[in-house]
Amino acid sequence: MALGFMPLAAPAGGFALARLWSGRMWGALAAAAFVIFIVVPIGNLVVPETSAFHISEYAVTLAGKIMCYAIVALAMDLIWGYTGILSLGHGLFFALGGYAMGMYLMRSIGLDGVYKSPLPDFMVFLDWKTYPWYWSFTQHFWYCALLVVLVPGLLALVFGFFAFRSRIKGVYFSIITQALTYAAMLLFFRNDTGFGGNNGFTDFKRILGFPITAPGTRLVLFMLTGAALLSFLLLGRAIVTSKLGRVLTAIRDAETRVMFSGYNPVYFKLFIWTLSAVICGIAGALYVPQVGIINPSEMSPANSIEIAIWTAVGGRGTLIGPVVGAAAVNLGKSWFTQAFPEYWLYLLGLLFILVTLYLPRGIAGLWAKKP
Amino acid sequence: MSMHVFPGLPENSPIPDSQISSKDTGISDGHLLRPGVDLSHGAILYLDSISVSFDGFKALNDLSLVVDAGELRCVIGPNGAGKTTMMDVITGKTAPDRGTAYFGQTIDLTQLTEPEIADCGIGRKFQKPTVFEQHTVFENLELARKADKRVWPTLNARLDSTARDRILTILETIKLAPEASRLAGLLSHGQKQWLEIGMLLMQEPQLLLLDEPVAGMTDDETMRSAELFLTLAGEYTLVVVEHDMDFVAKIADRVTVLHEGRVLAEGSMKNVQENEQVIEVFLGR
Repeated sequence: MALGFMPLAAPAGGFALARLWSGRMWGALAAAAFVIFIVVPIGNLVVPETSAFHISEYAVTLAGKIMCYAIVALAMDLIWGYTGILSLGHGLFFALGGYAMGMYLMRSIGLDGVYKSPLPDFMVFLDWKTYPWYWSFTQHFWYCALLVVLVPGLLALVFGFFAFRSRIKGVYFSIITQALTYAAMLLFFRNDTGFGGNNGFTDFKRILGFPITAPGTRLVLFMLTGAALLSFLLLGRAIVTSKLGRVLTAIRDAETRVMFSGYNPVYFKLFIWTLSAVICGIAGALYVPQVGIINPSEMSPANSIEIAIWTAVGGRGTLIGPVVGAAAVNLGKSWFTQAFPEYWLYLLGLLFILVTLYLPRGIAGLWAKKP
Repeated sequence: MSMHVFPGLPENSPIPDSQISSKDTGISDGHLLRPGVDLSHGAILYLDSISVSFDGFKALNDLSLVVDAGELRCVIGPNGAGKTTMMDVITGKTAPDRGTAYFGQTIDLTQLTEPEIADCGIGRKFQKPTVFEQHTVFENLELARKADKRVWPTLNARLDSTARDRILTILETIKLAPEASRLAGLLSHGQKQWLEIGMLLMQEPQLLLLDEPVAGMTDDETMRSAELFLTLAGEYTLVVVEHDMDFVAKIADRVTVLHEGRVLAEGSMKNVQENEQVIEVFLGR
């Protein structure tokens, strides 16, 4: 029998890693890994600053930051591009991961704060004498790392369970997620919430004992972010090329048929939604030590909408597209906000309209083959 | 019907109940989450005094219906007679206000969700063909295939050769083998109808509910559908809702006429056509 027409029908057993992508794509990924783990470290630490090939601290940090955004866009693609569920609250999961890491970084300041107190400066300012109960154990890195995964994950699991079970879909789901992140922002703005109010957490000194602004530390954070991005790209690809991935796309295209085929869409949505939130949380945790601040503005509705724009610009349902989209939009942003700071939001809006009208498949659609 | 027309489907007249209930189609890795349907009294579907109302409108009004295992039942009736609502009740999409719906002797359909009912062995084809347009024809059948359809087993699922053979067999049955690697969204209307039927067959259901399966088909396609359904009857139980009377006359063992949410008449096509109440409803006013 002619079996040549079944690209996705992998034979039973065996390690299927090589089958995830074409040879060209693997080549591109290997090149990316080469740049992240070899070229940038050498350019930053070994090449002297006077050389044209030197890579500055600023560039390393910017690239690290953009890779964090790329991870978020990737997570967004899993839930929006593949499953058809537009979340306008993904900034919340990102910020929660960031806050969990921020708690550890605040504890690591020790007595080096402005008030030379064992408590963070904002607590001294509020005249608090001890840490509130929910700051317990946050001096331990492992505990905060656990929070990075568990807090966004559990919130997504509980919220998603009720939303999906109630069959909340489409624009209603988007609006509720937007309201969720807005409510959280208001909560975190309050000083009494115990997370530094509108200033959030900043003035970090060290991470795991290493000085946080030292070139070596920054480079390690950069490489960890790169490793995370590549790993999530692999994980995402493994998921979307599995049978489960095909069920997710089927939910996007014809959910009733999925139900009448015997799959319960609630649990499939919950799986990918929670995974997406956890990935965002990890991105947030990598972001905070690199930019040195986390505050409630990360939860603002506009931030979450921007995530959706990166994904749409890059090309939904392609994984690699949103990564490219996040990088392109943010590189553009860092240039544009210096040149014409007050027009950035107009440009972003215009970009979204133009992409929707003329590039419905995003940047990735430019070189993708026609079906 | 001769066997070569529809490979993979045994040539048969209605087979004994005992054989239906322990049907083994050779797919061994299918993980049956629910016990099989109990057909010990010969009937596969019991609807008893079902009522459904939407904002005061009685879509179903004390509807009672029994379908025997292996029969091919056609359900006809004017628009708004409750045909689609009846299918909604059977498949768990709509909860009845009153009445009971049993699949075999033991499975209470009103207590189950849509995926659970599908898993029990009831497949449903919608009026508008509903397939996964961004997946290939092959993948559509793969997704529909009877298997453990929970999240984790689905993530780890691999297509083995038994499953592949089964898919290829169904592809032959629905005459879409040459289209296997095309996106389902690119098929013609009639081909989509057939693909959806193929997906139902992949689920290995006991009971197939087909809502206007030949709507929008060419005469040739309609004729081939009639042949297919006649081949399926016996191995499967079919309930077909259809407006095309010629088609109904060609395939039906028994016809049920619905009107205003209840059964108006039931019997052979000839009996039904001679029934005065039926004539009045269809031709009268």
